[in-house]
Amino acid sequence: MFFGLSEEQEQFHDYVKKFLTDNVTVDEIRKIASGEDVALQQEIYGGLINLGINALLVPEEHGGLGADLLSAVAVAQGLGAGVGPIPFAGAYVMAPIALNLAGSEAQKKKYLSQIVSNETKFGVGLSEYVAAREDAGIDLSGDKANGKALFVIDGDEADYFLLANKGGVLFLVDAKDQGVEVTKLTSVDKTRSYLELTLKNVIAEVLPESEKNPEIAKKVLDAGRIIFAADSLGASESMIEKAVSYAKERKQFNRVIGSFQAVKHMCAEMASDLEPCYAMLWQAAHSFDHSPEEARLQACQAKSHISEVAKMVSKKATEVHGGMGFTDLLGLHYWFKRIGLNRQLLGGPELIREEAAEIQGFNQ
Amino acid sequence: MDLNYGAEYDDFRKDVQAFCKEYQGVSFKSESNDNEMSDALSGSSVNKKAAKEVTRSEWQKILIEKGFIARAIPKEYGGYGGETDIIKSRIIATEFSKAKVPGGMGGQGIDMLVPTLLEWGTEEQKQQYIRPTLHGEMIWCQGYSEPNAGSDLASLQTKAELIDGNWVINGQKIWTSTAQYSQMMFCLVRTEPEASKHAGISFILIPMETPGIEIRPLVDMTLKAGFNEVFFDDVTVPEENIVAKRGEGWSVANSVLGHERGSLADPNATMNRLNTLINMMKEQTIDGRRLIDIPSYRDRLMQVQGKVMASQAHSLRLLSSKINPGQNVKLGGMIQKLVGTELRHELEGLAIDVLGEIGTLYEDSPYLKEDGSFQFTYMYFLGLIIGGGTNQIQKNIISERGLGMPKEPKVTEAS
Repeated sequence: MFFGLSEEQEQFHDYVKKFLTDNVTVDEIRKIASGEDVALQQEIYGGLINLGINALLVPEEHGGLGADLLSAVAVAQGLGAGVGPIPFAGAYVMAPIALNLAGSEAQKKKYLSQIVSNETKFGVGLSEYVAAREDAGIDLSGDKANGKALFVIDGDEADYFLLANKGGVLFLVDAKDQGVEVTKLTSVDKTRSYLELTLKNVIAEVLPESEKNPEIAKKVLDAGRIIFAADSLGASESMIEKAVSYAKERKQFNRVIGSFQAVKHMCAEMASDLEPCYAMLWQAAHSFDHSPEEARLQACQAKSHISEVAKMVSKKATEVHGGMGFTDLLGLHYWFKRIGLNRQLLGGPELIREEAAEIQGFNQ
Repeated sequence: MDLNYGAEYDDFRKDVQAFCKEYQGVSFKSESNDNEMSDALSGSSVNKKAAKEVTRSEWQKILIEKGFIARAIPKEYGGYGGETDIIKSRIIATEFSKAKVPGGMGGQGIDMLVPTLLEWGTEEQKQQYIRPTLHGEMIWCQGYSEPNAGSDLASLQTKAELIDGNWVINGQKIWTSTAQYSQMMFCLVRTEPEASKHAGISFILIPMETPGIEIRPLVDMTLKAGFNEVFFDDVTVPEENIVAKRGEGWSVANSVLGHERGSLADPNATMNRLNTLINMMKEQTIDGRRLIDIPSYRDRLMQVQGKVMASQAHSLRLLSSKINPGQNVKLGGMIQKLVGTELRHELEGLAIDVLGEIGTLYEDSPYLKEDGSFQFTYMYFLGLIIGGGTNQIQKNIISERGLGMPKEPKVTEAS
């Protein structure tokens, strides 16, 4: 019995986290976030692609690494820790899982190998499938898609978008289709892309298994939620590390502020609420591949619980830094905002808890 | 990640399940009326109408014979004489908890004193005390805290002087649970007044029938559990009642303190209480509507469930770190007391809230749900949040030892 990340997964995580924390300073994050330094963003993106994060979840028969979701979680923790300004949850987790579970043999063969070579990139928009705001949503009729998808992730350089209708039918649209209109949405989190799509008579390439089995869309959703939870967990871990190290250096009243119990207790509260989240997250990821009967509930609870803990951490860690925590100069807010966006994506805690109750048959 | 224990453990689990089936519904011949509430605390429920009745002590012997408790304690001292096997312990705890079969006795003697004697005791002490303690025939209380030595335990002042081959003890202890039922106390006393605070303490075993001991009950907010104050007036016990050497008492006490903290909030018990709460919310109604159908109640239930699931997963990770040397769970064990007691208090408090006015009923009232155990446990866990090292002290430990933050500078004596 071994409960935790394997040595390989641990290394994967450490590499991603170290790669970002060693190579990407807050100044550089700021330049990427403002769109000032696109080349640097591409360089970081390239570095992580070289590591193989795109190929992780693609089965070996299609040239990928055939890893399980727990490996992707290890990467996502690292990306969250370093506020990695690259696509991941949609492009390299939800898209390959959707293609693999719902795609025809021909679609798998074509697209999965292109994910591995990174010549084709996927944006993902499942927000309306979860909870449609602003009356958005996409209607599928035959092979034509019409409507609006909001809060599409990982779509900045996308060649295709993976979308769903309300019934959980998954389909692809070509970004170059004339009926696809792409509008950028500005969110607080400028480390990741956020789009709105308007579709007018666009050709939809349906992933056929998702028509037969509505559970597939839920499975894709579970994976996305687990990855956002992992990202928030990694970001929280970094915020605690920053708060603790700041508290050990910053002096007031002739003492380091970390010697005041008011400050120490905030740090202890953050650390002790976050610590059980690791096991919760890893168990949910493990169940996703190995215990399907427990997986849905664990994915929902991991996303909602970790979102709550991360929100608390993002507030307290900022407070430990005092006025500096509030400044752009220190840049702690990139982590704060990353956690803020993860919390809402694919359902905020209240919506997901309601789903968790439904899964258990509590709300009749 | 590998959550399989292996075939050997599957067989063991089947044995435990068979045992639980055989003893399902076992109940205790009433020796004290504390049983009911201690069952609520452990999350087990004993069927009062059951046919099988045993005494606590008989139950202890049955469990030891099977190796379900006292597993790694040598046979010569009354234990099972097996190897320590945390996976087996975990399986036992989980299956007993699932089947709601009562586990072995807890208490200061079994949880604290026995491991202490195994580590520090003389051969005579082990022979004399461990067997009757394991069998539930010798109950112990712990004499640590004093009115002026709470969180700052090492400043304790109860003194023991060695006079003509006897320790003569004077002073006072407080928060002493079960003192009124105990045959023995293990006690921290100051034997080396010249030594520094921590180095002047010794660990001494005191029979409670010794003349000069006065026990005064200290009723707590539950009006049930009951602590005591214990006063010592020239209490005289033989020199050999010391455990380890003079001045080593602080080390002796600390070697098992972590054990107590971990045992204060067992995740299996918490899971059982969550299930009890869920069932209750499906059965009870407001205006004919089930409590679980009220969205705000349901949302709070789901929040607590999330925390319970996190705790359960965390305990698996801790288990794994014990059997896989090198697996590092940074803050792992340190947070258990803090997180576990707060969670349990929150869970029991939620049950009271969803019951509304019914939730305030207590003791012998009609309309009580689950024998009033939600109110009792809600208050009792506030006691545990404070006891066993307050949760504020836990936060000091986590921040200093876990996160490497500096200690609070010593304040020079206030005028």
